[in-house]
Amino acid sequence: MSGGDDKAVPPLTEADLLAYVDGQLPEARRGEVEAYLAAHSEEAERIAAWRHQNQELRALYDGVLDEPLPERLREAAEGRAGESAAPLVRPRWPSYARAAGYACAGLAVGVLAGWQLQPAHTPAALGAAPGLARSAAVAHATYSPEVRHPVEVGADQEAHLVAWLSKRLGAQVRAPRLEAAGYSLVGGRLLPGEAGAEGSPTPPPVAQFMYQCKAGTRVTLYVSTGVADQGETAFRYEREGNVGVFYWIDRTQGYAMSSADIDKDALLSVATAAYKQLNP
Amino acid sequence: MDERHRIVELIPRLRRYARALVGDRARADDLVQDTLERAWLKFHLWRPGSDLRAWLFTVMHNVHVNQIRAAREHYPLDDEAAEMGVPAQQGASIEMRDLERSLALLPAEQREIVLLVALEDMSYAEVAQTLGIPIGTVMSRLSRGREKLRALMHGAPASVRLQVVK
Repeated sequence: MSGGDDKAVPPLTEADLLAYVDGQLPEARRGEVEAYLAAHSEEAERIAAWRHQNQELRALYDGVLDEPLPERLREAAEGRAGESAAPLVRPRWPSYARAAGYACAGLAVGVLAGWQLQPAHTPAALGAAPGLARSAAVAHATYSPEVRHPVEVGADQEAHLVAWLSKRLGAQVRAPRLEAAGYSLVGGRLLPGEAGAEGSPTPPPVAQFMYQCKAGTRVTLYVSTGVADQGETAFRYEREGNVGVFYWIDRTQGYAMSSADIDKDALLSVATAAYKQLNP
Repeated sequence: MDERHRIVELIPRLRRYARALVGDRARADDLVQDTLERAWLKFHLWRPGSDLRAWLFTVMHNVHVNQIRAAREHYPLDDEAAEMGVPAQQGASIEMRDLERSLALLPAEQREIVLLVALEDMSYAEVAQTLGIPIGTVMSRLSRGREKLRALMHGAPASVRLQVVK
């Protein structure tokens, strides 16, 4: 059936047919496949269709090779993404990630153009930062500058980190993935809860997850499980010193995303990315 | 040669593959950008002297898988974001558009392999290394992917698969 060979040749397999189409079959076996195909027209059709697929895919997509290179890709390839003075327009999906893509690059822009031109908060907001935002800002200011010990447990032990913090906080906590926003998890730590924050004699501890973008900018996500149930709140923004904080409450869990380095819009993007994962 | 330069030279190929993988031009370029940024972040993991192209495709694979996973976990209702959008190649022939549409209907794990072989001319061993899966898995997914593509394009019945002849 396959050409009459009756030596101990390994039988023909689907893998051989694939390799035949892709030019990856050893020369010695090619004749065998050809003889088989000559005797099996349906199989020959199938193989012809595969070959046609390869050709059509090339025809369909090879044009991309000649398209002019977008500058943003050239910059990224040279490892200098974010060096441009202004973030490039970067359509992305989902939409929150589009804005978040600027978050890391937003460092220079934010510090130079954002806050310093508008240093003043509205008087009403001053001093009104609730405990959650204030504690988050303090924790951020304390740990984010740490070079050698920014976290207690590193992202390389993420499963352990999350399990440990969940156990200590007495509720399931999660470290959202912020890669789409340009931030990778550095790790996390356990912190004492706010004494008497909600009238609780022994407040449960809180957690801090730290993230860092390629430029070295850090943001921290502060997670507190000892919050009185307030349903779900909208995003709120506070500043404590030079730390900006977006925070929200979901039932009994309070979250606060803090940064001292990126502007408010960039921080909002990162906070939104986290929010969407934590409150799907 | 300087790695930066070599990576820049590989952009067109990364873009071609990404375009075929996710369909939409903007999203494909986003995937390329994410890949390049991640590659620099993880560049210490690249072994000098090893195949830079294969490594970059590995990074792209990981980024893509993470995006699909994140989209599935967090946007269960937003299938469009999770998988390929409706392809729209202006001026392509009907057959070409059929191919695009059919390609979009393949599971990503099959689509990747069909494309790495067709577009990048990767050997099965290279595909296995790039995707971090056994070569047998590469072959079976390639076979399933091509058969599904064929069925989608021509309405052919799922054919009997040749296991062993003789």
